[in-house]
Amino acid sequence: GIPVRTTLDNSTTVQYAALLQQLVMKARSTVRDIDPQNDLTFLRIRSKKHEIMVAPDKDYLLVVVQNPCE
Amino acid sequence: QVNTDRVKVQSRGVNHVEGGWPKDINPREADQTARFRKKLEKDEHYISVVTQLGTLMEHCVKQNNAIDIYEEYFDEEEMIEVEIEPPSAKTINAIRDPNTAKRTATHLSWCPDASKKLAVAYSILEFQQNKTDMSLDSYIWDLENSNKPELVLKPPSPLVTLEYNPKDSYVLVGGCYNGQLAYWDTRKGQLPVEVSTVEVSHRDPVYGTIWLQSKTGTDCFSASTDGQVLWWDIRKLSVPTERLVLDISRKGILQQALGAVTLEFESTLPTKFMVGTEQGIVILCNRKAKTPAEKITCTYSGHHGPVYALTRNPLYPKIFLTVGDWTARIWSEDAKESSIMWTKYHSAYLTDGCWSPVRPAVFFTTRSDGTLDIWDFLFKQSDPFLSLKVCDEALSSLRVQDNGCIVGCGSKLGTVSVMEISSVLCTLQRNEKNLVNAV
Repeated sequence: GIPVRTTLDNSTTVQYAALLQQLVMKARSTVRDIDPQNDLTFLRIRSKKHEIMVAPDKDYLLVVVQNPCE
Repeated sequence: QVNTDRVKVQSRGVNHVEGGWPKDINPREADQTARFRKKLEKDEHYISVVTQLGTLMEHCVKQNNAIDIYEEYFDEEEMIEVEIEPPSAKTINAIRDPNTAKRTATHLSWCPDASKKLAVAYSILEFQQNKTDMSLDSYIWDLENSNKPELVLKPPSPLVTLEYNPKDSYVLVGGCYNGQLAYWDTRKGQLPVEVSTVEVSHRDPVYGTIWLQSKTGTDCFSASTDGQVLWWDIRKLSVPTERLVLDISRKGILQQALGAVTLEFESTLPTKFMVGTEQGIVILCNRKAKTPAEKITCTYSGHHGPVYALTRNPLYPKIFLTVGDWTARIWSEDAKESSIMWTKYHSAYLTDGCWSPVRPAVFFTTRSDGTLDIWDFLFKQSDPFLSLKVCDEALSSLRVQDNGCIVGCGSKLGTVSVMEISSVLCTLQRNEKNLVNAV
C-alpha cells in the first residue's frame, strides 16, 4: 500500500505499510471465513517493545505504533 | 490434528520496496508523489474515513493509557511447591532412514552446543548382510526439520560409531565397519577430511570411538573387536599414536586378545579408561603405564554376553553402569569381585544404556523388544521407574542430551525416536546427591 501521511521515516513507513496491508487482508479473510456476516473492525498487535494498532477500512488503513506505559 | 502429506517448506525473507502507486506516477519523483498525496488529502471520502478511523483509534489509545497491563500484579505470592506428578515421556520426533534399504541406527551423538542437532551412524551389523545397493551414508539431523537431513556424511564404508568433539561442535569422528577411522568437519562438507589408512587401522568394525581431553583437542581413541585399542591424533590419521592389545594375561598376544565392544573415558580421570568386551569382561586400563603389561589394571567380570554399553556416572565417576546380556549392572571401581547392584533378568536382551547427566540416580536402558526403561535406583531397585514401548523393532542405541530431558533412541530399522521425558526425571531432587554418595 502507499503511505499517504506519516510521522515516521520513509523506509519504516513503507515496511509497515506493506506488511500490515497483507496482515490485515489475512485477518479480515479469517474473520469472514468463520462468519460471513462478520467483518474486521480493529487489529491490535502487542509486542515486547510496543503496540501496533490498525484500524482498517475499505480503501485505507490507519496505523498507530505506541509504547505501552510502564 | 490432521495428517497431511509432508510439504517441503523453506524460510525466506521478503524485500519490501515502495509500490502500489498508480501507473502514471513515478514513485521516485518527489514532487509527483507529493502532488498525488495532496490531491488525495482533499478527497472527501478520505476525510470522512480518517475521522471515523481516528475516533476508533483514539478509543483504543485511551484504553492503553488508562491501564498498564504489563505491571507486576502478584508480587507477594510465593512459588508453589513442585507437585509430584506421575512421570511420563512422550515422543516428540521420529526420524526415519530416508533410504529404502533400512539400516540399523547404531550410534547417536548429540551436538554439544545444545542446538538440537543429532548425528546418527547407520550400518548393518549382521555379518555379511550388506546389500550391494545399500547406502553408505550417515546423517546429521536437525530436530526442527526431520524430513531432510541437515548434512549427509559420506564415509568409505558404513559408520558404526560417530561422535561429536565435545570441544568443537563442528568436528566429528566416525569409526567404520571396515575398521578405518574418519573425521569430518561439518563446515567442509560431506566427505571426510581425513581417513585413516587401512593397513594400520583395525581389522574389524570399530565399535567405540571417544574424544580425549588434550590441549590440542584433536586426540581420540578407538576400540574394535579385533582386540586392539588405538590412539589417534586426527590431524594425522595415517598412523595411530599408540596401540594396546587387550590381552588379560598381560602378554600382549593378539590371538588371545578380547574383542572390545564399548569404550569409556571420563574426562575427570584422564589417565584411566575402560573397555567392555565381547566376552563379558570389563577391563580397566591405565594409559600412563610404562609397559604394556601394566596398562591393564584390573578386570571386572559378571556378564554372560558382550558388554554393549559402559558408562560412568557423570557426577560420581567411581560408579559405572554396564549393560549386556539380559541385565544391567552397576559397579563401583573399588569393588572388584562383583557388581554392587544389578537388575533382574529381563526377557529380552539389553542393547544400550546411559546415565542421565542431571540426576545421578537415574539411568536409561534399551531392550531388543523395543522398550526404553528408565530406572531410578533410589526409588526402586527391582523394577524400572518407567517403561515405555518405543517401537516394534529392537532398539539398538540410546543417547541422552546434555540437558537431561531429551533422549534419542535408534532402532534396528533406522528410525530414531526423540523423546522428551517429564521434568520429574530431569530436575535434581534435593537429597539425591547425598543419598547416592551414601550408596
